[in-house]
Amino acid sequence: MAKVTFSSAGDTLIAYLSGEIDHHSAQYLRDEIDSLLQSRMPQTLVLDFSAVSFMDSSGVGLILGRARRMQAGEGRVVVQQPPAQIQKMLELAHVAYV
Amino acid sequence: MKTRNVARISFPSRSANEAFARGALAAFLSQADPTVNQLADIKTAVSEAVTNCIVHAYPDRSGVVRMTLSLLEGGRVRIVIADSGVGIPDVEKAMEPLYTTGNPDERAGLGFAVMQSFMDRVKVTSQPGRGTRVILEKQLETRE
Repeated sequence: MAKVTFSSAGDTLIAYLSGEIDHHSAQYLRDEIDSLLQSRMPQTLVLDFSAVSFMDSSGVGLILGRARRMQAGEGRVVVQQPPAQIQKMLELAHVAYV
Repeated sequence: MKTRNVARISFPSRSANEAFARGALAAFLSQADPTVNQLADIKTAVSEAVTNCIVHAYPDRSGVVRMTLSLLEGGRVRIVIADSGVGIPDVEKAMEPLYTTGNPDERAGLGFAVMQSFMDRVKVTSQPGRGTRVILEKQLETRE
């Protein structure tokens, strides 16, 4: 089961993801994040992975989908604090993180 | 190679069963005491294979996903994930990184690339209209 909570500062929205991200849970996370993107219209979306315990390539799809959405409004996505196993997945997909 | 233990599980192609498949895999492999990293690699590869069945094999209906977990002598793990879905017309093309027939805005097209990167051996056989069979193998590290 995956969850997401949000905080915002200025024109930055931070999504704190937790739990297991797979094709099933990514659908829920996508809906939650896109709903906030639509209402807040931030310039930067930060996806925080520090509490994610598992992620398959559905998580990469979640990131790329949000990045396309943000870029359409000249915004950007920052991926932060992925645990080691998730770093491996991001590196395979050539997704940068901090 | 002689089989030390085997489990056969089948379940409907519902996305809620992706987590079930990983949980069943972890429970089965606990007897082999894999390292945290190896278990995570195998769980990820299995999640990709099961997701492929759910998203691609049965696009318009629910079907059955069959998973056979084998622990072989010498600490080798073999997992077979099979479906009776639509099949893959061109397996070589399907295994190219970034290739997807799913929604390109939400699917990364990395499923087979992840399986190949996280496992020692991946073999895919498919017959259009009959189904697909994915064999995943990995050698577990022995802990001293």
